[in-house]
Amino acid sequence: MEIPYTISTRPDTGLWNAKIGIWLFLASEVMLFGGLFSAYVFLRLDAQPGEWPHGLLNVPVGTMNTAILIMSSVTVVLAWAALKMRRYRAYWWYMLATIMCGVIFLFVKLYYEWPQKFEHYGVFIKPSALEKYERYLGNTRRTEKGMEPRIEISGHLHNSEALKDANIKEYEIGLDPVYVEPNNPANDRPHFLYVPPTDHIAKIEKEDVERIDSFGPWHSAYFASYFTITGLHGAHVLAGVLVFIYMWLPVSKKLYQRNPEHLANRVEVSGLFWHFVDLVWIFVFPLFYLL
Amino acid sequence: MSLKAFHIVFVIFSTLLALGVGSWCIWVNLVEGAPVYLAGAVASFACALALVVYGVWFYRKMKRLRIIT
Repeated sequence: MEIPYTISTRPDTGLWNAKIGIWLFLASEVMLFGGLFSAYVFLRLDAQPGEWPHGLLNVPVGTMNTAILIMSSVTVVLAWAALKMRRYRAYWWYMLATIMCGVIFLFVKLYYEWPQKFEHYGVFIKPSALEKYERYLGNTRRTEKGMEPRIEISGHLHNSEALKDANIKEYEIGLDPVYVEPNNPANDRPHFLYVPPTDHIAKIEKEDVERIDSFGPWHSAYFASYFTITGLHGAHVLAGVLVFIYMWLPVSKKLYQRNPEHLANRVEVSGLFWHFVDLVWIFVFPLFYLL
Repeated sequence: MSLKAFHIVFVIFSTLLALGVGSWCIWVNLVEGAPVYLAGAVASFACALALVVYGVWFYRKMKRLRIIT
């Protein structure tokens, strides 16, 4: 039995099946991402002034990834338009460009941005030992100025074997710039530019450490939100790329030869999904990277 | 809503983002003193302009080709 309304529209709704299906699906997606964005915004608003982290994400890299996603939305719509004009060759190239954009986006996320976080550590000092690390924390001056004391020293962990080896008594941290000059008034306010850890190494004794965590989802509410939202978004990008690959493979050419409008409709609904995913990133980028 | 209409909505949001990034770059230069971000601001505003031009071109092309779904 042939499924009706895959190409022609239903007379009562004026829509074909997949069009109404994708919009129902996207409505549920709006609720999913909407809830997560709301959670992030409320966590952010409830944070103490000056306590929310800034400058931990690489803005130029994020901007490049944003541009790649915007470009992919252009190529997918051009692929669809090429199909409507029955230009299969042009469709093939535009679809390939879309797939490549999605793959590059994921590659940058999985092989550059995320691993960088897992190599970056925050060492939380026990309250009783804070004075010992005053030269990195600068809490005397902060207290005088009525600011919250620093309890964390962060940077690149040089001796990662110390995490497992009980015989190693101290952590060697290549300090983030703020801990090299903790009393510099310029470091009293948050910085919005990502600066890599310095070569200045601090040795922190294990017995003075309350906990040590990489900048993973377990580190703070900020990174929990960051990994949840960008992870979910990344999963959507991956799903979109897989669908596009299917539509780019020879199996779809057979459908094109049999019924080009059917393939055009499939590309349109997957293009709608792709646009939604890219639109989500248009909100993720400023929220996490800029503000 | 068709892909064509959603694409135009997307281009509008992208343009707003490019304008926002440009403004952010100017603000960062003022606060952090990083002149290289002025170049970022110029690039962002140029991207915003390019997106507007593209949006108008896309709308006219779709209208001309009568690709209406």
